[in-house]
Amino acid sequence: MLRYLIRRLSLIAVTLWVISFAIFAIVEILPGDVAKMMLKQNATEESLHMLREQLGLYRPWYERYFEWIWGVLRGDWGTSYVMGVPVSEVLGRRIVHSVSLAAFALVFGIPFAVMAGVWAGIRPDTLGDRIVSIVGMIGISLPEFVTGVIFMLVIASWLDLLPPSSIMMPGERPWTRPAILVMPALTLTVVMFAYIMRMTRANVIEVMGSSYVRTAILKGIPLRQVIRRHVLPNSMLPTITIIAANMGYMLGGLIIVENVFAYPGLGQLLLWSIQQRDFPMLESLVMLIAGTYAISNLLADLSYAALDPRIRVT
Amino acid sequence: MALEPIIQKPEISLAKSAGLPIRVLRSGINAVRLILRTTSGRIGFPMVIIHAVIAGFGTWLAPYSPTAFNVDPQGNIYQLLAPSSQFLLGTDQFGRDILSRVMSGSTSLVLVAGSGTLIGITAGAMIGMGAAYVGKWADEIVMRLMDGLMSFPSLLLALLVISTLGPNVLFIVLTVGIVTVPGVARVMRSTTLALKEQEFVQSARLRGESAPYIIFREIFPNTLPIIGVELAVRLSYAILIVSSLGFLGLGVQPPSPDWGLMISQGRQFLASSPWITLSPAAAVASLVVGVNLLTDGIQQARNLPKEEDA
Repeated sequence: MLRYLIRRLSLIAVTLWVISFAIFAIVEILPGDVAKMMLKQNATEESLHMLREQLGLYRPWYERYFEWIWGVLRGDWGTSYVMGVPVSEVLGRRIVHSVSLAAFALVFGIPFAVMAGVWAGIRPDTLGDRIVSIVGMIGISLPEFVTGVIFMLVIASWLDLLPPSSIMMPGERPWTRPAILVMPALTLTVVMFAYIMRMTRANVIEVMGSSYVRTAILKGIPLRQVIRRHVLPNSMLPTITIIAANMGYMLGGLIIVENVFAYPGLGQLLLWSIQQRDFPMLESLVMLIAGTYAISNLLADLSYAALDPRIRVT
Repeated sequence: MALEPIIQKPEISLAKSAGLPIRVLRSGINAVRLILRTTSGRIGFPMVIIHAVIAGFGTWLAPYSPTAFNVDPQGNIYQLLAPSSQFLLGTDQFGRDILSRVMSGSTSLVLVAGSGTLIGITAGAMIGMGAAYVGKWADEIVMRLMDGLMSFPSLLLALLVISTLGPNVLFIVLTVGIVTVPGVARVMRSTTLALKEQEFVQSARLRGESAPYIIFREIFPNTLPIIGVELAVRLSYAILIVSSLGFLGLGVQPPSPDWGLMISQGRQFLASSPWITLSPAAAVASLVVGVNLLTDGIQQARNLPKEEDA
């Protein structure tokens, strides 16, 4: 187990190192002169030269690469070109925003998804199950920007229940005005809900057909109890893994959803820093997202092994 | 005729090559018939066909030019008109016909997502089959590489590549291909590992056949059903990625119609003119739903009992 963990963690370290190199290379290739971008129209030859000197753009790339990596490892993530403040300061605030959004989506999505999946799974091929399955199929098919825009139209424009966009005032926090969280979270939930529900349904159907469930039913145990004691624990196992694997999906979904609703989180910051050529910000964001993704994948595999004694990681 | 060849080798190979397209066609028709026996297939297959026809001929079938600013006889722009008999799905802020834009926008999306998927599947299948067949260190190195590629969110990868190299159609296709490869390689590897131990492969090996022959003539045909499922699954994912890039403004560039971009730009008129946004939204949704239903149909068809006459 320990050896497995060491192997996986070192693989993650290698992957992140390769990614750090790749993102640095991409930033080097990206078209556009940073100094010109920063100074806009009041750029003179002299001021451009000064700024390039100050940013260290005249030094060879490997020097700058190692300086950057060394800084990242020590927690010094550089200074944003455009905002002029430390990257870590901006990131810290944005992480809180994105995590609250993701948490909101998870807390509302998972219980309903599991309930719907179990409900459909214990009555396969009935009308109710068909309806749930069709809803699930449509749910995994709709891109986030389509669901988001439909929510915007129906909930914000027609019913006028919630604000159409999630723009925040400076200093405002998502929990001070939870109304702006609802639509982005709902959008993020749709795909996840559909995935988890379909997975749960398939597992419940499989477990319901097993001999131990048949025995339990024939023993005369009430169906409700059979489901709670036998079906649920056994069918939850792959579901929990799907939930962990969904964290990776969430990161991609956040990029779209935050841009649909102009919600100031990491995803919106990512697109912004690409458009503004804010390289220190972009580099840090990519490392952060890649790191989270790798760790959540590892957690998915570990949770699988921890929950099922038949699976041994080696 | 003096010299009759004893073994009519050329003729046999000729007959074989003439029969091959027919054999492929026949098995294709058979597969469609099996798919149409499932409910999902019966709904999904026609949906995909309709979308394919629009993607192929939409530009010619469209009533107006997708980029023309339509004006009335007095020279006023037909701005933000609601759906009517003249403009079936209404017009946008420039007086462009939404129906024509949706129909022409289909081509680029389907073409980009489709060719990207094909490239990804081909490369992924080769890598997966090769790694599994050769085994040992080659397998280990290749699969760790695939793990590495997989440990990066695909939308983020696409975003970075496109913003570096520019929103060029070719780069979008290649990016879709790259993000498709690792998943396909994994599936094909495990399939090949199982097939490798089967008797027909073992006997081909004992016959002294070359590795490419065994991979393409013995193993590959047996993976076709799996490739079919992979194709459909990856295609729907590719459509999501390509249209998402379009939504973020990194897809096909204006004024060419792009569904994602149409949805993004229609948002500012959402309250007053929702048809600008809803038409492309319905189009992309029905395309992905159709492909997913077809996937479901293929998967179910594989478990159906084989027809007697087949």
